[in-house]
Amino acid sequence: MNIIVVGLSHKTASVDIREKVAFAPTNMEKPLRALVDIPDITEAIIVSTCNRVEVYVTTHDIAGGIARVKRFLADYHNLSLENLDPHLYAHHGEEAIRHVFRVASSLDSMVVGEPQILGQIKTSYGYAAEFKSSGIILNRFLHKAFSVAKRVRTETKIASSAVSVAFAAVELSRKIFDELSDKTVMLIGAGEMCELAAKHFLNNGVRGVMVTNRTFERAERLADEFGGRAVKFDDLFDYLHKADIILSSTGAPHCIIGPKDLDEVMRKRKQKPMFFIDIAVPRDIDPKVNDVENVYLYTVDDLQEVVQANLAQRAEEAKKAEDIVNQEIGQFFKWLSSLEVTPTIVALRARFDEIRRTELEKTLANWKDLPPDGQKRLEALTNAIMNKLLHPPTSLLKKAGQGGRTDLYVDALRALFELQTADEGEQELGELEE
Amino acid sequence: MNAMLYFFTLGLYLAATITYLVYLVKPQPSLAKTSRWIIYGGFLIHALFTLGRYFEGGRTPITNLHESLSFFSLAIVGVFIVFERRYKVTILGSFVIPIALVLMSISMLFPMGIAPLNPALKSKWLVVHTVVAFLGYASFTVAFGAGIMYLIQERFLKQKKLGAMYQKLPSLDKLDDINYRCLTFGFPLLTLAIISGAIWAETAWGTYWSWDPKETWSLITWFVYAALLHGRLTTGWRGRKAAILAIAGFFVLLFTFLGVNLLLSGLHSYK
Repeated sequence: MNIIVVGLSHKTASVDIREKVAFAPTNMEKPLRALVDIPDITEAIIVSTCNRVEVYVTTHDIAGGIARVKRFLADYHNLSLENLDPHLYAHHGEEAIRHVFRVASSLDSMVVGEPQILGQIKTSYGYAAEFKSSGIILNRFLHKAFSVAKRVRTETKIASSAVSVAFAAVELSRKIFDELSDKTVMLIGAGEMCELAAKHFLNNGVRGVMVTNRTFERAERLADEFGGRAVKFDDLFDYLHKADIILSSTGAPHCIIGPKDLDEVMRKRKQKPMFFIDIAVPRDIDPKVNDVENVYLYTVDDLQEVVQANLAQRAEEAKKAEDIVNQEIGQFFKWLSSLEVTPTIVALRARFDEIRRTELEKTLANWKDLPPDGQKRLEALTNAIMNKLLHPPTSLLKKAGQGGRTDLYVDALRALFELQTADEGEQELGELEE
Repeated sequence: MNAMLYFFTLGLYLAATITYLVYLVKPQPSLAKTSRWIIYGGFLIHALFTLGRYFEGGRTPITNLHESLSFFSLAIVGVFIVFERRYKVTILGSFVIPIALVLMSISMLFPMGIAPLNPALKSKWLVVHTVVAFLGYASFTVAFGAGIMYLIQERFLKQKKLGAMYQKLPSLDKLDDINYRCLTFGFPLLTLAIISGAIWAETAWGTYWSWDPKETWSLITWFVYAALLHGRLTTGWRGRKAAILAIAGFFVLLFTFLGVNLLLSGLHSYK
């Protein structure tokens, strides 16, 4: 039995293609049913997120299975396969296992280490379980993928640091202030990044927001949005001491806050620390402000550097994560290959026995003066020959099964003796599960 | 038996210092746990050793430099454990436990034997005066550790060098808070030590205050911490300034404790 993966992701397809191939989460039953109805496809799972659409299936026929799944993706979304095919990747064998383990561990994500993907795969697996399109192999496969992802998360620091400017600002503030719940954020000016950072601070529990802007109406509107209070721009220095975290992004041509302005402010604050984040270009806040005691100033470039350093650290950690994935692939592949062993042995034995019986019957039918115990003796003789012949391949196969390298022998035996690759083995799977 | 406990304590403090210092550079959560258990064990055995000496000598075992250093070290570990549990900052140990180890090691240099008690020390005041003084010293030692951590973390944040150690050090606010708590804990104890000492001096020597070097330096130490506490409460000497003063105060304190005993001679020179 083979696992194959067919799909596309942010690495192979732009968003306009990805959205055409995406599956609606509200209607997963239909595509999952359609997949398992395809001949020779036994189990199926569909993972569909905004960054990737992937189909995991089990099949006996790798090339045929891949072709059928590709055809399904095109037909289901009414696309032409010629246009879609260049964006699709397909994996089987160890590569398929590696791919899914990497995806679940967020090693294949746009932002490596981002945590959502694991949840998305779990949801996708949930649909497959609900509509019974996954069976023994994919169930085990996905559970393995979840445990690999968990190992990666706990044993590496792949997701431990902020990789966006807004988050980096929140993390920094946590190293200055212990608690954010009694802190106030002040927004000076407006701008997308400024507002995003303010939202992050609010999500992380700051107590309040003050907004000031040269256009007071704009300040009021923003203050409404954040549930904060608007401050007139001219009154900035009357309120500055009440703010612990200041996000500034005005369009002012020169600095609006300098180190001298802070003497008074810090005195009013009894030297409680302040954290300035200057997002404006040109700068709003004089760089010398960073030299004022208990005041910390970060510009958007500084934050960007933090993010870059964190990304570099993630890349380092990703290497460790790949090692973990590689270890786990071996284990899972061993199990997957061992599934083939018992059915092959059973089929081989059945084939030999069938030949033996046919030939024996032919001989006995024409043997007139057979001694009374002749039939018994012939039975024993042919049985012994058959067992002697079967012993080496059987034990070799069993041994290979423990080593994980069975596919070669299984394929050879099947071809040499024209064994049926029917689903007869499937009943045996249960006992191999453990 | 007692000597065995003493060296066992020394060994555990050494082991804890090593694990705490490794924890400083290596991000392994298991190291934090290991260090914690080693230091709990060390504290327990050290306390047993001190109790043993109390029963053996029939008096508070803080009568000479060997005993004082050992008790100082015990008090530091004890106060550290309280703060570590309260604030959940394992890394504080990387800065405080080595000090306990050093003091403990220095105590080895002085004769360990239980000598007959100096007649001047035969008083019920001995236990109050010394235990209170060393508990105060120990809190100031923890404040010193937090102060060093504050300056390191502040430097990282100002210079925007956000490396592995930055990740592990707690926030500035927390370090400042530890500093402040240590101060509010240590200062009353130091005050009490000076007052109890004065009362005891009146009964033993007939005068409350005789400007003995120990007394003078204790008063200087007291003024340093009083200034810090005052500045903090009124004009907001916090953060960097408070950290520097806590560090400076610790050196004055060390001189009051060790320098006075070893370099200056006076009524308090018990070697």
